[in-house]
Amino acid sequence: MTAEVDPGPAPEPRTVPRVYKGYRIEALVFLGTAFFFAIVLGVYWFTSYEHAGSVMLLMTVFLGLIPGSYLFWWGMKRGGDMPARAEDSDEAELEDGAGTVGAFPSSSIWPFCMGVSAAVVCLALVFGAWLGILGGAGVVATLIGYTMESRRGGYI
Amino acid sequence: MTLVAERPVVAHEEHHEEHRSGILYWLTSTDHKVIGKNYLYTSVFFFLVGGLMAMFIRVQLFSPNNTFVSQDTFNQLFTMHGTIMLLLFAGPFAFAGFANYIVPLQVGAPDMAFPRLNALSYWLFLSGGLIMLSSFLVAGGAADFGWTAYAPLSNSLYTPGAGADLWIVSLFLTGFSAIFSGINLVVTTYGLRAPGMTMFRMPIFTWNMLVTAILILIAFPVFTSALVMLYFDRHFHTHIFETNGGGVPILWQHLFWFFGHPEVYILALPYFGIVSEVIPVFARKPIFGYKGIVFATLAIAGLSTGVWAHHMFTTGAVLLPFFSGMTMLIAVPTGIKFFAWIGTMWRGSIVFSTPMLFAVGFLVVFLAGGLSGIILAAPPLDFYTNNSYFVIAHFHEVLMGTAVFGGFCGWYFWYPKFTGRMFNERLGWAHFWVMFFGFWFQTVPQYLVGLHGMPRRIAIYQASDGFTTLNRISSVGAWLVGFSFVIFLVNMWVSWRRPVPAGGNPWDGYSLEWATTSPPSHHNFERIPPIRSERPVWDMNHADIEDIQPHGSHGSQGSHK
Repeated sequence: MTAEVDPGPAPEPRTVPRVYKGYRIEALVFLGTAFFFAIVLGVYWFTSYEHAGSVMLLMTVFLGLIPGSYLFWWGMKRGGDMPARAEDSDEAELEDGAGTVGAFPSSSIWPFCMGVSAAVVCLALVFGAWLGILGGAGVVATLIGYTMESRRGGYI
Repeated sequence: MTLVAERPVVAHEEHHEEHRSGILYWLTSTDHKVIGKNYLYTSVFFFLVGGLMAMFIRVQLFSPNNTFVSQDTFNQLFTMHGTIMLLLFAGPFAFAGFANYIVPLQVGAPDMAFPRLNALSYWLFLSGGLIMLSSFLVAGGAADFGWTAYAPLSNSLYTPGAGADLWIVSLFLTGFSAIFSGINLVVTTYGLRAPGMTMFRMPIFTWNMLVTAILILIAFPVFTSALVMLYFDRHFHTHIFETNGGGVPILWQHLFWFFGHPEVYILALPYFGIVSEVIPVFARKPIFGYKGIVFATLAIAGLSTGVWAHHMFTTGAVLLPFFSGMTMLIAVPTGIKFFAWIGTMWRGSIVFSTPMLFAVGFLVVFLAGGLSGIILAAPPLDFYTNNSYFVIAHFHEVLMGTAVFGGFCGWYFWYPKFTGRMFNERLGWAHFWVMFFGFWFQTVPQYLVGLHGMPRRIAIYQASDGFTTLNRISSVGAWLVGFSFVIFLVNMWVSWRRPVPAGGNPWDGYSLEWATTSPPSHHNFERIPPIRSERPVWDMNHADIEDIQPHGSHGSQGSHK
């Protein structure tokens, strides 16, 4: 069954002030993570020369840097076809955010199937490869189901 | 069916979808509220199981030379008690249970950002948890190397058998579950907020969940990969954690604690968030120092990742001043939070309902646990108390302060929202006081017996050791705590059989989840009130009252730029 909700009347033109602050705090949370761990990494490496911890701290720097710089770059794209986000405006009215928020599947059997298949694959690591064939088949079948489901827009 | 969610501007007809019922509804639902409840009920079940193990442990330790359980069973019990309580109860209860249910409501979203991924997280968690429990059934029993699984004890020579392997794969599954939940939560708070819900108007609870999610993304991949290495060591003789093949056993400790210490804060920060929601509502004041709390949370998260090796002081292979200093620094942002909570209560009109009792209980218990943590952060004192019951008492105070007192605080606070029913206030009161008293009887003797030299993880002690009296007091305290859980279950049963309708906003709450019905309808909101401050529902319900500024802030309402 595919029931698309009527998207309703087109949203009114936005009245949000065009002061664009999109993703600013969001980016700073991640960039701040990267900055903090860069300092910790510097101090730690030059006081201990210990490898395991330094590598993990370095990876943590990247964990902050990659999403942080992506969000920062996205937030810097002022004007153009990037409209201001109503959730970043102190003054936004609810109507400013009217329109489609996103598509949310309200039910699907595939997460359950994937969970069970993944568990069977993991049990194969303990009890033997024959379970792996079963679980692997389940994972492949479930992946197909997952993909086809969003293409069809239906469920189960 | 795929619904294209609309921002509800005006109330419109509810779309009556085909209603599934029973098991199929439960198996297929991707609604964040259903998944959140699944998480809550499942993790409370694991709490019950882990609690029963604790009761058995305390029976065994009640008398010297006790033979209630064999030493081997005892090892399995404390290993599974620790693993279940930390990774199957305390983490999923708050991070995925409360976070799933409450965060989309608090930011005004129709659902989590990735509903199907969210459902997958739950099924991975459930299957991982069941595999963990089932490991008692295999030959040789469950894993018995302690929840820390130190190398080389956890290798195939010293711990053969399927139990340890099941422990590894179940944590592998729940690890992925946590990572998926973390990603989902970051995207939900970043991309699905309602108009006007700027980052600095998000409730503290949502902020804490966001920071927890980032901590999970830092910590869990390390642990999951360490588990893969451990599995390879056990089965393919890769010798990563064994000296005889050129490996380094201490590497396991580095990897484990780089996960393990942030994990403690993954368990703590959500409960800080819960308490930060409850105290303002029951003190009838805005939260004191909103931004201070947010930055303190970020600071705690950052520092907690830099202190992993304070669990490894006695290895003699770590940099003591660095880790000791960083550990003591954590006390500063935590102190800021305590200051803010006390400042919120200061001169408020406090209503001591059950959630508020648990919030205050949290403050006291966590403070005691935190202070003994400062003691342990000093290497000379740690050398003396390491692996003794002093450490046990410390982390039971920290974790029960957060996950149990903070967890029940959130449970009683949001229970009307989850179910639409009120609970019995007198039974809630009894639950709190029995647990609170039992808790002190349980932990204070443990501190003392630890200082007298009783090591952790021993099944048998001698009468001549002089541990008997203190252990008996501790056991009785622990059973009182266990009994308080029965009161909780009775309360829930009474509330279920004799429902008292709660209404949408029984506590006169502040944040957006109180703007909708209890329980919320599908896709949550009929209409969202205008968001002009951190307290949109308060603003809507008390429009006639001139807004009370939080003590110490100078016209911050609407000025969070």
